[in-house]
Amino acid sequence: MMIHNDKLVIGGHEFNSRFILGSGKYSMKLIDAAIKDAGAEIITLAVRRANTKEHENILDYIPEGITLLPNTSGARNAEEAVRIARLARELGCGNFVKVEIMRDSKYLLPDNQETVKATEILANEGFVVMPYMYPDLNAARDMVSAGAATIMPLASPIGSNKGLATREFIQILIDEIDLPIIVDAGIGRPSQACEAMEMGAAAIMANTALATAGDLPLMASAFRQAIEAGRKAYLSGLGRVLTRGASASDPLTGFLRD
Amino acid sequence: MENRFFVDSGHLSPEALEKKHKLESDPSSRKDHMEYLPGMEIIESDVCRQVLSQMNSFDPSAYTARDVRTALDHSTCSIEDLKALLSPAAEPFLEQMAQKARMETSKHFGNTVYLFTPLYIANYCENYCVYCGFNCYNHINRMKLNMAEIEHEMQVIADSGMEEILILTGESRAKSDVAYIGEACKLARKYFRMVGLEIYPVNTDEYKYLHECGADYVTVFQETYDADKYETLHLFGHKRVWPYRFDAQERALRGGMRGVAFSALLGLSDFRKDALASALHVYYLQRKYPHAEMSLSCPRLRPIINNDKINPLDVGEKQLCQILCAYRIFLPFVGITVSSRESAAFRNGIVKIAATKVSAGVSTGIGDHESKYTGKEDDAAKGDEQFEIDDDRSFEAMYKDMSGEGLQPVLNDYVYV
Repeated sequence: MMIHNDKLVIGGHEFNSRFILGSGKYSMKLIDAAIKDAGAEIITLAVRRANTKEHENILDYIPEGITLLPNTSGARNAEEAVRIARLARELGCGNFVKVEIMRDSKYLLPDNQETVKATEILANEGFVVMPYMYPDLNAARDMVSAGAATIMPLASPIGSNKGLATREFIQILIDEIDLPIIVDAGIGRPSQACEAMEMGAAAIMANTALATAGDLPLMASAFRQAIEAGRKAYLSGLGRVLTRGASASDPLTGFLRD
Repeated sequence: MENRFFVDSGHLSPEALEKKHKLESDPSSRKDHMEYLPGMEIIESDVCRQVLSQMNSFDPSAYTARDVRTALDHSTCSIEDLKALLSPAAEPFLEQMAQKARMETSKHFGNTVYLFTPLYIANYCENYCVYCGFNCYNHINRMKLNMAEIEHEMQVIADSGMEEILILTGESRAKSDVAYIGEACKLARKYFRMVGLEIYPVNTDEYKYLHECGADYVTVFQETYDADKYETLHLFGHKRVWPYRFDAQERALRGGMRGVAFSALLGLSDFRKDALASALHVYYLQRKYPHAEMSLSCPRLRPIINNDKINPLDVGEKQLCQILCAYRIFLPFVGITVSSRESAAFRNGIVKIAATKVSAGVSTGIGDHESKYTGKEDDAAKGDEQFEIDDDRSFEAMYKDMSGEGLQPVLNDYVYV
């Protein structure tokens, strides 16, 4: 595959970048670095924070040409998520929505069952739905049937910077689901982003890793390079070798005579 | 015990003075603080037993530097680790604790800091809590705002840019009933994105009603988790009933509130035990109600009108910082609020370590926001303050200072749906 034709396609929309800025901790400096240095074309915003008055309305900071990805953080069930998504559309955030439903304030782990329900309702209303989920194959298949545009499995608990704790399960999703798998939450280092891309992830979403870096632009460009390197490795055909162990140079079955 | 609390006002009648003195000197004249009053809802819950069992067996002096080092090495902080971090043995490790706390804060909250302001709408109180400026025997200007006055105060505050408000009253059901507070919540929803309540504890159905009126966060300070000590400080009134207060957050959550806040008033009793109990109150309730948002405050005693002898005793800034670091390491996901009781310098420092929320543009008096915010004097009556604040920065000043510290001020973190 030619690397320059390598587009990320979500719900019929094409993107050149495979880095998506997550929400949570934002500032002008972070958004700037994410766009200029990490190359982000999609920026997540938490509707619960964007729905603000004069001060710091994130909508004012987003340059043209950037796709907004409002999320439903704060929602505790499908019904609340659907209402937040509709509010985002009314606020002028477009049709993309990242469904996040959490019934746990400690680990912020997503509720897959409610997420499937919200995905179905929102997909039927014309949203490009990107569900954030715990990497469970059965639930992911339900998300696909419900009309999801991508699947966004978590790598480790949100904000933990612990990397690919759910590595094996994300690999199963990559292998079995015919939608872009975007690894979300827990990516703390460029090397972890690179590893996920080598495995065949379609894109990486991160925020804390950048937001808490000493030098934002430098870390942003490190992520860009890591993601590109991982993608190239995957496209080169080495992805499976890297993740599953090298094959022997002499065939093991060479002794067979017929 | 040296009397630092009892002050006799010259305005009290001889009968009132006699009753006050009897309450102060004769424990048998006081009601049983563990017995519910008529109308107080009793809920089945084992949270209190769990918290008290841990607190009662906690001996802060039993922990050593080795225990503290072990606690700091663990990636997940256990209850035993928390006890070590709260012990005197941890004091020499304050810098390491701050480093670890800062890392946890930054993982969970990034560089954000939430801003809010309290609005006292009434200062009538039916309780005799000896350390509080609103106590029923303290001679202060009493006041209750009417709806027009509340709306005016809210307009002034909203004009400053604030989007989250915390509505407070003195603890008087007679003067500030649930219907009155509910109407204030409805008004607040017109001007603010988030409405919290810090009022006397109420029953589940009343919390449900207040939630329907627009409030979705409830703060109740337990003051001290040492019920015997509590008895000697809360001599009269419904607030004297310790267990009803303890279960307030659980009733609020059952009533549909999104989140609840907790605290002990540090300086009333053994602050290490109170800090442990506060953190465990959050911990056990979170296990039972995992969807709920939780936050902790850490007020220290402050002087009040007519009594400047009140102080936080042995809880210095270092001890307060130690407690906040221990809270953060044990409960990385909870909000931590540091109020204007603390100095600007302390608040500027602690938001970089453990705190995630600070108040600004604060008045603990009644009906005085316009004069305090704009300098405009008027003839309207004012109600006196609950306690003296230290950090009197305005919303604008706080916003600027927090940004200057490299933090991102957040004014609203919730959308009502």
